[in-house]
Amino acid sequence: MALNKTLRPGLVQLRVLDLEKTLDFYKNILGLNEVCRTADGRVCLKAYDEFDHHSVTLRLADKAGLDYVAFKAGSQDELERMKRDTEAFGYPVDVVEPESDQPGFGKRYGFTISTGHRFEIYCDVELAEQRPMTKNPDLWTDPPRGMRAQRLDHFLLYGPNIAEAERFCREVFGMFVPEVCNTPDGNRLAAWITGSNKAHDLAFVEYPEPGKLHHLAFYLQDWNDVGNAADWIAINRLKLDIGPTRHAITRGLTIYFWEPSGNRIEVFAGVYTAYPDNPQRVWDSDQLGRGLFYYSGEMIPSFLKIVLKLPPPGQPPRMFTRIELERLRCSPLSRQ
Amino acid sequence: MGEKNYQITVRDTGECFMCGENEFILGAMTQAGCGPIRYGCFGGGCGVCKMKVVSGKVCAVKRMSREHISQSEQEQGITLICCIQPRGNVIIARGRQTDLKTEREDY
Repeated sequence: MALNKTLRPGLVQLRVLDLEKTLDFYKNILGLNEVCRTADGRVCLKAYDEFDHHSVTLRLADKAGLDYVAFKAGSQDELERMKRDTEAFGYPVDVVEPESDQPGFGKRYGFTISTGHRFEIYCDVELAEQRPMTKNPDLWTDPPRGMRAQRLDHFLLYGPNIAEAERFCREVFGMFVPEVCNTPDGNRLAAWITGSNKAHDLAFVEYPEPGKLHHLAFYLQDWNDVGNAADWIAINRLKLDIGPTRHAITRGLTIYFWEPSGNRIEVFAGVYTAYPDNPQRVWDSDQLGRGLFYYSGEMIPSFLKIVLKLPPPGQPPRMFTRIELERLRCSPLSRQ
Repeated sequence: MGEKNYQITVRDTGECFMCGENEFILGAMTQAGCGPIRYGCFGGGCGVCKMKVVSGKVCAVKRMSREHISQSEQEQGITLICCIQPRGNVIIARGRQTDLKTEREDY
């Protein structure tokens, strides 16, 4: 399989309620490196084993959650092809100018899919200054910190009409769907979707409210590093959601928790290798507990119920003015 | 954590637990095992621990997501109890937040 259409989700912009505390988590606990700050006060970060300029942008806001995710296209031609196919699919596309709001990134196209999430696509992005060695390379230059996250991996989104979203990913992004979960009447409850050999680049769960984020996931080296992450969660009094455990779906060795602004984070390792010619794995919805939490075999209520909203669909997120930002940053917290 | 000087009462159930001045009400509630909530992000983001402060003085130490607590709700004392610490004895109520009831049924 040539990997030349959608390479991966390469950039996410997250909203945080407390920039200082949350940034401290991403840098010193998850182990990302700060790359730069934008004029409007956002912070750009990357994992130590990623090559591109940055992969995570944190934006101080009054609501937690995800602004958008951006997928990297394999070539300029593919980017333009995807833009045309997105419009033909029926989603209006807007243009985000190069270097406008994400340092190091070229032109991006943005649109909203059936589940109410804003997706973006891009091709050009500068290489990061701090990046993995390529000439007789060592494993790393600076020792990885904290949970030692290697890279941004995938995210799980909740929203309506995931069947259409799945079709979009297949038809426009050139992705395939290694694993699904269906309701007894044969409708899609969840889908795990990839554009590469990764078990998933993204996943959807059918949900009546549009535009929700379940979690954002970072890749770790192995099961030992999942245990190391659990130690960091406990030492720093982060709120654990589930794990360490094994997903039967994707086979991930995993742990979930909440960062200080209430965004759910997964760190994991050990998934299977996906191939487009392998038969699809299919789960019945009454087996989802076992599919998700293989060791206990039981559904954990918080896991499916607690999800975060995204901003209203259709538009890029509204940036705060300098004055609003100052107010968010400096105002004494409300007292009742 | 210091001493647990203040009494927090859950109006709906009559359950009481003690909470320190530098302790978040949800944390103390979980520790006391009196529910109704066991789960949530504990960071003001997910909205699961939405309750109403019926009486008593509290301090909102963490920012709460506007997604879950609007300005007018905030003015009515509706809050996320993972973000507030007591400054005296406090009575809280579940209100009409159905999520909490569901969570309670789960264990």
